[in-house]
Amino acid sequence: MGARSHRSVTAVAAVGLASGLALAGCSSSSSKPSAGSSNSSAATSASGSASGSASGGSTAPGPALPDLSGKSIQVLAEWSGTEQQDFQKVIDAFTAKTHAKVSYQGAGDQTVTVLQSKIAGGGAPDVALIAAPGAITDLAKAGKLTPLSADVQSTIDANFDPGWKKLGTIDGKSYSIMFKAADKGTFWYNTAAFQQAGIQPPTDWAGFLKDCQTLSDAGITPVSVGGADGWTLADWFQNVYLSQAGPDMYDKLSHHQIPWTDPSVKQALTTLGQLFGNDQFLAGGKSGALQTSFNDSVTNTFKTPSKAAMVFEGDFSSSVITSTTSAKLGTDAKFFPFPAAGSTANFVQGSGDAAVALNGNPATMAFIQFLASPQAGSIWAQAGGFLSPNKNVPASAYPDDITRAEAAQLTQAGPNFRFSLDDLSPAGFGGTKGAGEWGDLQYFLGHPTDVDGTAAKLEADAAKVTWS
Amino acid sequence: MDEPLSAAPAAGAAPAAGPPAPSGPGPAPHLFSSADHGRSPLRIPVRVRAGFLIPAAVILAAIIIWPAVDSVWLSLHNHDGSKWVGLHNYKTMFTDSATLTALKNNVIWVVCAPTIACALGLMFALLAEKIRWSTAFKAVIFMPMAISFLAAGVIFELVYQQDPNQGVANAVAVGVHDTFAKSSQYPGARPRPNEGTEAGGGAFNTVHTYQAGSVVTVPLVGLQAASLPGKAAQAAAPSAAPAPDQIEGTVWLDIIYGGGGKPGSIDPGKKGMPGISVKAIDAATGKSAGSASAHNDGTFTIKGLKPGASYRLELPGSNFAQPYRGIQWLGPSLVTPAIIASYLWIWAGFAMVLIAAGLASIPRELQEAARVDGANERQIFWRVTVPLLAPVLLVVLVTQVINVLKVFDLVYVIAPGSTLPNANVLAVQMWNVSFGGGQDQGLGSAMGVFLYALVLPAMYFNIRRLRREKKEGGR
Repeated sequence: MGARSHRSVTAVAAVGLASGLALAGCSSSSSKPSAGSSNSSAATSASGSASGSASGGSTAPGPALPDLSGKSIQVLAEWSGTEQQDFQKVIDAFTAKTHAKVSYQGAGDQTVTVLQSKIAGGGAPDVALIAAPGAITDLAKAGKLTPLSADVQSTIDANFDPGWKKLGTIDGKSYSIMFKAADKGTFWYNTAAFQQAGIQPPTDWAGFLKDCQTLSDAGITPVSVGGADGWTLADWFQNVYLSQAGPDMYDKLSHHQIPWTDPSVKQALTTLGQLFGNDQFLAGGKSGALQTSFNDSVTNTFKTPSKAAMVFEGDFSSSVITSTTSAKLGTDAKFFPFPAAGSTANFVQGSGDAAVALNGNPATMAFIQFLASPQAGSIWAQAGGFLSPNKNVPASAYPDDITRAEAAQLTQAGPNFRFSLDDLSPAGFGGTKGAGEWGDLQYFLGHPTDVDGTAAKLEADAAKVTWS
Repeated sequence: MDEPLSAAPAAGAAPAAGPPAPSGPGPAPHLFSSADHGRSPLRIPVRVRAGFLIPAAVILAAIIIWPAVDSVWLSLHNHDGSKWVGLHNYKTMFTDSATLTALKNNVIWVVCAPTIACALGLMFALLAEKIRWSTAFKAVIFMPMAISFLAAGVIFELVYQQDPNQGVANAVAVGVHDTFAKSSQYPGARPRPNEGTEAGGGAFNTVHTYQAGSVVTVPLVGLQAASLPGKAAQAAAPSAAPAPDQIEGTVWLDIIYGGGGKPGSIDPGKKGMPGISVKAIDAATGKSAGSASAHNDGTFTIKGLKPGASYRLELPGSNFAQPYRGIQWLGPSLVTPAIIASYLWIWAGFAMVLIAAGLASIPRELQEAARVDGANERQIFWRVTVPLLAPVLLVVLVTQVINVLKVFDLVYVIAPGSTLPNANVLAVQMWNVSFGGGQDQGLGSAMGVFLYALVLPAMYFNIRRLRREKKEGGR
């Protein structure tokens, strides 16, 4: 049910492809760090120039923690492989500080299920990191979670924009804090194409459409859309909707408290139709876009010769760029924040793993307090493949400019960070290949003038499933 | 047949169980002896027979009968099996457009795939009889059977890629097309919007009319400067005063690398578009009155016009036609045939092997007799070979029908998400509603039951045939 559930659907189709390129888009897990490490050479020079201002990552200050010799805690999260190794470094730093014993268990995509069965079986871990806000709410309301202690909260207050604390607050109590986040507000572009057309990255939707026209006039197809995968279209829609209708309406829509036939949905579709409705703006036109997978849409944009100037998808796109093209991140391939289609500024649609406590033991709280500190974030940030919403994780901790920019976008988002709507929805609506939100938006990509029909289809599909 | 078969192991087992009988008293030996003496000596007591039957019966019940009954039971309940809903799931199933599409596709599959697989198999089998390296030939045709459906699906997903550089099917299509139809010189170029032109049927026409003796400028966009031919030179303005029976003008690429320049003006750095053909259309009659081809600097001169008459200019669509993109194999209309083709790639070999075995068992004398009687090859094939092969063909056909009804992996893997609804089949739909997101096990079970009902006739046919063969074999 987590942020990765729909990636795993595409993963099914990709099993046979031995290359990592297909899987790169499916999760940010194993492939992300390699993206970071491949740029480490460029990064050292970059951080060298910027080193004057910020303090070194490893020396980032940690909170004052009690001595916990003889205490032990269990931690459950989804990470395995490289990510597990990197998280282990965070754990090791905690142990060095407090002398507490920490045992880690990786539960993969099934973290929520594993956690629930462990709670039911009486062997609950002390700390869990969960990428499903709905599950956290359910657990908190069922009384399975312990609110974060005052010490943890003061660490959060000191290091996070208030919006992040609000995201982890249920019924007035603070239950969780996001440790690792994924940013799906990154719009990637081919710098050579922008240079050729003489344009700058747009800041709003109108500017984006103007850039599209300029690119098209210059003989460069502006955008490649990976419409064969429905979830890419869901991300398109959700970014437009979040920036246009605002976070409050987004919350209502993600709980189906307003119907999909709401004027705000139609307005977002109309806005999206300004792009989808212009065949000159899409690589291969509408029908071509519907045949393009997410991986291909990224490759199209950055291979030589490129087929498009821009492609929109989350931070994990960078690993596809580095693994399938010779484009260099930060020079050939850069990103700008998704152009706002409305008045909401600094918005980010994405996902992330939030830490929750299953008991109030000092060691449990101390560990979460440590995760909320800049020190913990810096340790993983240095290893790569990690974005922290913690504003005090120094920019120099990140391995390259791209990751730095992604982290800056995240920390600024604060109250306007929202989980991907399709991830929040029941799988029948937001997680089925060719059906529900994904399938209806694919219909819309094929029929971009049929706003009312698409909204009606979305509402009909949303009415079929049970919303929490 | 049944009697001796079931008696044989029992008889063999009885002595094994026998040894303790004489030595120690107990119920078992007593039973044995009383039964043996009471009835026929070969008769085994009911309990013993039950003892041998029960393990098989338990396994059968546990892994086949119980799930089957449970599926029917689930199909009459709601999504998590907690509430009885009667036939509601079946009603939903037959009113849902996605399921009806799946059903329609299943019909297409059942009608096309087995027959074509049979026909191909027959062709290959006959061919294999006539050629020298027949074993190698058969092995090659049979080879795809060694590949799992999932892997075959991934292979064909690549084969059908839209991009001719990736998908071999489109590489062939584009190659063949471009051999006969050359692509245009300036694909995708178009007049700059709001500069006095309008599109119509691929061509572009000027909105205004021009009198002979005037000058027309046509700025074009939508093309990269790098894709202009090497001979293209800096665009030049047309001469200020053309002859009274001529229209002069310039066609140029109104784009500068890196932006800049004024739209619609012939700035330094903008190049002409040599070779573009421009037609003058008589505004009064609508007929072509003359044409010209642009020079390297983009200038053109249309001669031989009537002084004073007004003309509209046309840039024919042949200048700008987009390159052929190939066939959209996995688009909404072709996706099912495309997937059926991949199925045939796998199964034609299987059909061939069975049919070849059938062919080998046909007595040659019949064909030779027919030949002696003056039948031609076609008559021999249709009147002698095919009727003799009919039982084998039928077996292949029925096996394929059962196979096709449950086809899942190929459809799921090959069809992109956008056309999966068009390519849907019942098995995929069943998976979708029960596990792939719908999480409605009631509806999924109803589909499973329906799918089972569809397979029943083929199963009945197969069982009847087996029985008949057994009878014939017994005689």
